[in-house]
Amino acid sequence: MSGIHPAHVLAIRGLDVRFRTEAGEVTPVRGVDLDVFAGRVTALVGESGSGKSVTSLAVIGLLPRPSGGVAAGSVAYTGKSGVTVDLARTPASAMRAYRGSEIAMIFQEPMTSLNPVLSVGEQIAEQVRLHMRLDAAAAWRRAEDMLGLVEIPDARRRAHDYPHQMSGGMRQRVMIALAMSCNPRLLIADEPTTALDVTIQAQILALIDQLRKTHGMGVLFITHNLGVVAEVADTVSVMYAGEMVERTDVRTLFRAPRHPYSQALIDCLPARAARAADGRRLIRAIPGSVATAFAAPGCRFAPRCAFRDDACEAALPDLREIGEGHVSRCRRWEALA
Amino acid sequence: MLTTLARKLGGMITVMFLVATMVFFLTRLAPGDPAALMLGDQATQADIEQLRKTYGLDQPLLVQYGLWLKEVIAGNLGQSIFLQRPVLTAIGERAEPTFFLALFSILIASLIGIPAGIISAVWRGGRSDQAVSAGAMLAASIPSFWLGLLFIQFFSVTLGWFPVAGYGDPGAPLAQRLYHLILPATVLGIVNSALITRFTRASMLDVLSEDFVRTARAKGLSESRIVLRHALGNALVPIITVVGLTAALLVGGAIITETVFGLPGIGNLVVSAVLRRDYPVIQGALIVIAGIYVMINFAIDVIYTLVDPRVKT
Repeated sequence: MSGIHPAHVLAIRGLDVRFRTEAGEVTPVRGVDLDVFAGRVTALVGESGSGKSVTSLAVIGLLPRPSGGVAAGSVAYTGKSGVTVDLARTPASAMRAYRGSEIAMIFQEPMTSLNPVLSVGEQIAEQVRLHMRLDAAAAWRRAEDMLGLVEIPDARRRAHDYPHQMSGGMRQRVMIALAMSCNPRLLIADEPTTALDVTIQAQILALIDQLRKTHGMGVLFITHNLGVVAEVADTVSVMYAGEMVERTDVRTLFRAPRHPYSQALIDCLPARAARAADGRRLIRAIPGSVATAFAAPGCRFAPRCAFRDDACEAALPDLREIGEGHVSRCRRWEALA
Repeated sequence: MLTTLARKLGGMITVMFLVATMVFFLTRLAPGDPAALMLGDQATQADIEQLRKTYGLDQPLLVQYGLWLKEVIAGNLGQSIFLQRPVLTAIGERAEPTFFLALFSILIASLIGIPAGIISAVWRGGRSDQAVSAGAMLAASIPSFWLGLLFIQFFSVTLGWFPVAGYGDPGAPLAQRLYHLILPATVLGIVNSALITRFTRASMLDVLSEDFVRTARAKGLSESRIVLRHALGNALVPIITVVGLTAALLVGGAIITETVFGLPGIGNLVVSAVLRRDYPVIQGALIVIAGIYVMINFAIDVIYTLVDPRVKT
């Protein structure tokens, strides 16, 4: 990060999310701190089941009810008006005013995230009418403009199309147009390119990046793909088994990761694949799988970690500051250098 | 669009032909001679033979079938053996109570079943869901004749609000005749609401877990708009199917309910025709009912294309 310090859009502190299940209470997100700044992209990285999507649903207040809820911590959101509110303490009825207008969300599955029986223009205009208080004709024009903004060719005609008449990439553009239609301060993008093929992926990333620059919104970008992180992120938070394990800027993460999990994720990138004796390239994988929410005390990553010693499994290590804006949960971080 | 429409029409005609053929031969399979039944115990064999000749019953079966089919295609369903008038006239006289009874019943069943199913899906597992499920189970298990008798006893006999039976004087104003249908339509509405409730609940539960419902929530829409516009709009196809099929069934005549309430409807006509081996009436009524059934199915197909843009005509 360079220049003057940008304004906070989102500051999550000590967030615990709890679910009641038939097997008892589980806490899939524990003690998470996370910051998103205006005009910047914070990437939230981790494997499936690491708690990154649950964290984002807690921000926007869409945790499954009544089984899930925020058990501790605060979600400070600074809105368009400049007023900061704690979304974790905002009643469900009041949360509706933020969704779509202040905080917008793009989901992973463009094929199923749009309503199949409403035209795409109508789905955008509906949100515009609600939050921007425009009449039907003005809202429809805004929907057409937004579809043009996300570079859908012949947007005025395609606004009348239904989702099934569009490709996956087009539908994700519609989702982005929908998300951007009320000029949100915060965009949460939950794996927005995972379901798309690589060329479309690059176009969608470029589009989100361009809209971030022109609109100055903060972006919380959730992904398991470090290649995407390298392209879009300013800062990166790495989650493992519901906890934050490392947070730093994107350059430092790739140059000098200070948590064995971050390092292992980077080593899994195809570009880092080692060449085997017969000349084939071998993509590495992290052995084992993500610990369940009912794991033993100690570092959650220890069972899969190549650097662990006995002390790692005795008690859960704290996050410690190891450099400017760089925190790691690994007690042996110096051994990684 | 036009070719699919033509194909559907072709299908409908084929179905009608098969129905006509089956109706003709199945009716002839039933034991009993209409001529003998008509003339009673005192008739001589010669009288019976004479009558059989008059109605063509002495011809070989295939010849009877050919002659009959020719007439049916020309739109002539023949002459009732007992009622002394054309079959179509006899059916026409009985159509009004059956038609309005079916219409009111399906309206009542939908007005109960669809909201109940939505409520039960939205508050799944809650008290209202349990109450609705119990109610639907009860409605599905109650025999309509018993509920009908209960209603007559309470609303007609005890309270005196409604007529006990019948369809009123044919010369009376329509409103007065329709007043006779309130009790039977309510009975049929309650009994048929059970299936509609269950289909609505299941369909809504499927849709409410879809990704686009989460998108609708993320847009900040109100819960009622999410449920009624986004979820219900997508849950309609199975609901329309079950409402349409129930309506088709009711048009065929709710025989038991018509009997309990003494309504001169199609169901009654068919039952008495069967008891008297009045072949032309049985055949004609079944063909008319099958025709309505086929047309309602066609209407359901058309409505699908209106509610779901993914369905191609």
